[in-house]
Formats: sequence, structure tokens, C-alpha cells
Amino acid sequence: MSAGSWKFWLPLAIFAGFCLLVFVQLMHPAEREVASAMIGKPLPAFDLRAAVPERPGLATVDLKDGKPRLLNIWASWCIPCAAEAPQLEALRQQGVEIVGVAIRDTPEDVTGFLARYGNPYARLGADDLSEVQLGIGSSGVPETFVIDGAGVIRYQHIGDIREDDVPMLIARLKEAAR
Amino acid sequence: MIAEFGLAALWLAAALALLQLVAGSLCLQPKGERMSVIVRPAAVMQGVLSALAFGALLLLFLNTDLSVKLVVMNSHSAKPVIFKLAGAWGNHEGSMLLWVTVMALAGGLVALLERRLPERTMLATLAAQAFVGLGFYAFLLFSSNPFERLPVPAREGMGLNPLLQDIGLAFHPPTLYLGYVGMSVAFSFAVGAMLTRQVTPAFATAMRPWVLGAWIFLTVGITAGSYWAYYELGWGGWWFWDPVENASLMPWLAATALLHSASVLAARDALRAWTVMLGVVAFSMSMIGTFLVRSGILTSVHAFAVDPERGTFILVLLAIYIGGALTLFAMRAGTIAEGERFSVTSREGALVVNNVALSAILGIVLLGTLYPLLAEAFGVKVSVGPPYFNPVSAIFFLPMLLVMAVGPLLRWRRDSAARIRPPLMACAGIALLVLAGLIAWGPPGLLPMLGIALAAAVGIASLLPLRGRKLRRTPLPLWGMVIAHFGLALALFGASADSAYSVERLVAARIGQVTDVGPWQVRLASVEPTAGPNWTALEARLEASYRGGAPIVATPQSRYFWAPVQQTNESALLTRWNGQLYAVLGGEAEDGRWQLRLWWKPFVTCIWFGGLLIALGGLLALIGRVYGDLRRRAILARIAQRKVDLGR
Repeated sequence: MSAGSWKFWLPLAIFAGFCLLVFVQLMHPAEREVASAMIGKPLPAFDLRAAVPERPGLATVDLKDGKPRLLNIWASWCIPCAAEAPQLEALRQQGVEIVGVAIRDTPEDVTGFLARYGNPYARLGADDLSEVQLGIGSSGVPETFVIDGAGVIRYQHIGDIREDDVPMLIARLKEAAR
Repeated sequence: MIAEFGLAALWLAAALALLQLVAGSLCLQPKGERMSVIVRPAAVMQGVLSALAFGALLLLFLNTDLSVKLVVMNSHSAKPVIFKLAGAWGNHEGSMLLWVTVMALAGGLVALLERRLPERTMLATLAAQAFVGLGFYAFLLFSSNPFERLPVPAREGMGLNPLLQDIGLAFHPPTLYLGYVGMSVAFSFAVGAMLTRQVTPAFATAMRPWVLGAWIFLTVGITAGSYWAYYELGWGGWWFWDPVENASLMPWLAATALLHSASVLAARDALRAWTVMLGVVAFSMSMIGTFLVRSGILTSVHAFAVDPERGTFILVLLAIYIGGALTLFAMRAGTIAEGERFSVTSREGALVVNNVALSAILGIVLLGTLYPLLAEAFGVKVSVGPPYFNPVSAIFFLPMLLVMAVGPLLRWRRDSAARIRPPLMACAGIALLVLAGLIAWGPPGLLPMLGIALAAAVGIASLLPLRGRKLRRTPLPLWGMVIAHFGLALALFGASADSAYSVERLVAARIGQVTDVGPWQVRLASVEPTAGPNWTALEARLEASYRGGAPIVATPQSRYFWAPVQQTNESALLTRWNGQLYAVLGGEAEDGRWQLRLWWKPFVTCIWFGGLLIALGGLLALIGRVYGDLRRRAILARIAQRKVDLGR
């Protein structure tokens, strides 16, 4: 073997590193959730028209009145959104104010969904182009954000709200009220 | 019956590959030489059988045989014939069968045609080709059988993804596969040469036409894929640094480097270890790229077989083949020796710089593609996009362009810089003039501006090797080089002009409203429903006039496919010599206005013309090389005949 022969092993070493990295990734499938970069920051300015006639629309100013709320991003075409409806109702009954943003939806579908699964929302805006959704850093439906009284995003819950999540969300809201 | 026939042909082909591997390996042993008669015929038959298997799959799709799972999942009886056929390879199993078929056909052709190498090296090469093939046969037969029947035939197929129902896409994957998998020949040649310690100019000459052939397909495939993404996805961009695009770019970069280093090895017997290394790397990049995309490890618009089991299977194959070849390289590279020496200012010197630059760009693209994985292993989520790829690869692209201008003017072995100074100063002068003109006119961004100036200079410099030659007597490979280099300059010009001077308008237009975009006035005349064989659409009628000229009609559509249900935007393009108007119809707003997205993209078509010129250059070089080889063989045959005659 010549003196400089270690360098001929270099490509193999790099390739081994690649295999290791990829193998680790294969064994641990990537998390598909994307955390919002907006947590801790104020809500972007928006003013959404009402998604259904019986509830007012939603604007940033509505969320700056000193009261912490849950902001629920959902859609009538989303199946996990139907699954989380009872939990939202339970939260509402415990005195939590929930505002909703319906993503890429039609008034008829929203009305049908609310008639079937209940309407926990104090306000409900229609976000036809996902602009608000993208603006607050949500990458899917359903997602639920804790917004404090100053309109600052305090917490993001990705996916449907399960029963065990309800106390946690209430605790987060109390924290946000401080 | 057809499905069973196809499966049987596939098994037989796999068995022949095994035979080819065993017989070929035995030949390398001192006593095994008698086995050599089997190897070439086995390789040819393997190619024929796998082609039959693929033919059977095509036939199943053509007949829409709904008892075959793959057909049901990817086809539909109402689809146009061409897309029924395209459905055969527009999915994981079918495309892997295509992969295996191309690999077997390439091996068969090598066995049939290649006579320049020493027989032992040749047999080792074919054994290596069979070895690689076997893994993919196993993958296909054990984990992705395309001929699997359903217990109960389906009533109707589920259709092909509408984005793929496009004529460009019908031929895009086969073209790219010919390129990817054609590189397997270079890989096998490299392994064969290392096994038999025959890394010689003859090895480079023998390998070069195969690499050229694969490289041409790869070039055309990348060019076509880029154009497809441009007009079908409706985003107005032409290169997104998407993992799949990178997966095709990386083998191309390696193969381009390989072509250049092989020409040094063929002409001057230098860069031996490096050339062998690149031969291994080019196909390794094809396999790694395919793996990254197929395993679902990297998220991409293209990813289609998200299945950890399959991913692990391919990873094991990669580890065996690439790991094996690199181990062989590490063990043998020391004994291959360096070959002939040359001075820095020489054709070889320029080609070394070219190789370093290409390899560096390859490394940058690979790193950028893998970085999200690397970061995720440490719990950080990132996505890597143009802000990384563009400037960082430009760092190496610029010197590469410079040597591309200089290199072809230099002589082999040793040259003086003074000899080529005058023409190069002229080119540099042109670059500065263009730069000054651009700045005077209102400078765009730094990179596009440099791009346009360099494109002008390099474009002219690329023609210089023809200077002082009789054009009709200029050898074809030289023409090929000139045209390919000019094509690269043209593509660079198109890309730079597009990024510097594109105009984009996003408007909500009423019927009858006129929108200005660059030199165009675009009037939205109407939006009407229309229908195709398996879709309905809203079609906008746009009347576009260029600088007040007669209006030309463009009809972008918003299409709704019903099998499977999906909406796509069909952009409309109006092409002029100096650019394209690109129109996309969006949704209807509540007040009856329509969303229109309009771009004016000056000289954007130069990108793809440039790409095609690069491929054409390769084609001319290939024809020149093959013709030269045939003539050499004829002369050798005549000499041999004369010796026989004299002996009488």
C-alpha cells in the first residue's frame, strides 16, 4: 500500500456515512408536522368575512380585547375536524371562547357541518385562499391556537383535539391569561 | 395469460442474469475460461426476455386488463391510448420494470457490439452488469411484482394522476431511465477494468460511446422534464431544486465530468483512477437519486412509493453495489498508478479544472439535497432551496465556464498561455461591453447580469475551436463539443435573461378588461366551459397583442379531471423568438372577476434550446466516435486480409 492510499478510502467512508444517515431516517419516519414559526408573535392583520350568516366574521381586532381564546382552524371537508367536534363543544361548555376559521369552504357545506356536529364557535371567518392559515403558520387542518388577550399566538396544537388534550388546552389558556 | 407470460419472462431473465454472473466470474479464475462462451449469449437473451416482459406489461395496459392490480391502480378505460401506455411506467412497479429492462438491454447491446476490450475485462464487465441487474430483478420479483393479479377483477380502473396525463410526461420517464440506467454500463466497465487491472486508454475509448449515449438521453430527459414542470405545474418557474430534479442533475454532472476525464484517459493515458471513480459515481448517483425519491425519505412532488420496506430493500442494494465498487476502488486505486504527466497550462489541465468544478457542483447539490435529512437527524427542520443552490453552485459554475472557454483552445500536454491570449482577450472584452451595456440599461441582480455577460463571451469562445479549420473536414466529435458548449452558453443566457427581466402580473380581471404585462396587452375576452375525453374545463379566451400588433389568442384552462378527481391548471403559452407569454387561469372571484396570472419571460425558451443543443452536440460526438470505430475496424480487417493474402 502506498503512503497516500487512505484517500482512496474516502469515497467509501462518505458513502458509509450516507447509508447510516439514510438508514436512521428510514427507521424513524419523518415527522410530517410543521411547527408554526409564529408562536410568541402577534397575529397578522386580517379581516375575514362571516362563513355562515348566523355568526360574525373574524378580524384581528376581535382577538385583542384582553380575553384569551382558542382559534380553531378547520374545514367541513376535513374528517378529523368532525372527530374533534365533541371536544370543542366540551371546551365551550367549560367557558372557553372558541373562534373558528373555515378553510377553503362554502357556506352550504359549513352550515351542514355545523348542523350535524354542533357549533362551538363564537365567531367564524371564511379563509378561501388559506391566507390567514398560512399567515399564522398552520400547515394543515385541524389546528388549534391559543391566542392571549393581546392577540399574541401562545400555543399551537396540531391535529384533532383528543379528550386528553382538553385539560391541557385549558391550562394553556389560564397560562395565557396571566 | 399475458401477465403470467410477462412474469415468466422476468423470472427467466433473472435466471439468465444469475448464469451470466456465475459464468462471467468463473472466467476470471485460471481454469474457468471455457465458461466464456456462455456469457455474451446470456447477456443478449437476458435483454430480449426482459424486453418481452416489458412488452407484456404494455399490452396489459393497452387492453386495460382489469384483473391486474397495477392496471387497476393506474389506468382507466376512458383514457386516451397514449396515456394508457404511459400508465405502464407512470408508477412504482412499472417504472422499476422499465429500469430492469433498460439495464438488461444495455448489457445485451454491450455483449453484442463491444469488441475493443481484452476479453477478460469484457467478461468481468458483463458479470458486473449481471450482478447489478440481479438485485433489481430480486427487488421487482419479491417486493414490487407488476404482474400481480387481483383475486376479483375490478369494474373500472382508478386512473392515472392527471398531472401525468401529458404527452411530454409520457416520454419523459423512459428517456430519463435510458440515461440513468445506461450509466450502469459505465459502472460495469469501471468495475470490470478494476477487477482485471486494465484501466487503459482502450477502456476509456470503449466506455465513452456508452456514456455518451446515456448522457444524451439524460440531457434530453432533464431538458424535457424542466419544460414540463414549467408549463404543466403552472408556477412559471423552470427549475425548482426539487429532490427529484436534483436526482437527475447529479448523475448528469457526474457523467459530464466522466465524459471529459475519459477523453483525457483515451487521448493521453492520464487521470486513470479519477476516471474509474467517476464511472462508479455516475451510476451510483442514478441509484442514490432513485432511492431518495422512491423511499419517501425526501418529500417531493414526485415521490410515489412511500414504503419503508421497499426503501430498506433498495438501501441494501445500494450498500452492496456502491459500497462494493468503492471498496474495490479503494483496494485497487493505489495500483492503478497515475499515468502520464502534463503541465497545468494544457488541455488536460483545463479538463482537470472542469472536473473539479463539476464534482464540486455535484457535491453542493448532493449536500443541499441531503441537508434536510442531516438537520432532521439533529432535530432541526429545514428546507433547502434556491437561496442556497443558486449562489453556491455559481461559485463553481463560473470557473467552469471560464475553462470551458479556454480549454478547447489549448493543446494537449503543454501549451503557452501567450498563444491563446488574443482571442480570449477579445472574449473578455465582449463580456465587459455587455456588462457595461446592462449596467447602463438598468442593472438587474448581480448573478443574472454576470450570467448574461458570461453567456455572450462563452458563446463566442465556444465557437473559436472552429477558427482556421475547413468546416467540412472538421471531425464530428469536435463539432459536437462546439455545439454542446454553445448550447450551455445559450441555456445560461436564457436562464439569466428570464431571471433578470421576467415580468409577472397577478390580476382579478373582468371580462373585456385589458392587462399590460411587459410589451404585451392581454384582453380577457371570455371564460367558457369546455370538455375533453376525461375532463371538463373552464377555458379563458385571451387576446394578447405584442406592442399593439394583431391580437393572438391564448386559451389557458382550469381543468377538472373526474378519474381520479383532481383539478389542474393548463397554462397557455405564446412563443415569440424573444420570449414567451405565459398565462394561467385561476378561480372566479365573487364579483365575477377572474384571477389571471400572466408572465412575460424574455428569451426563456433559450434554456431548452440550449439543453437540446447540448444533447445534439453529444449525438454528433457519438456518431463521430462510432463511425471512427467502424472505419478503424474495417481498416484492421483489410490489413488482416492482406496479411493472409501475402502469406499464401
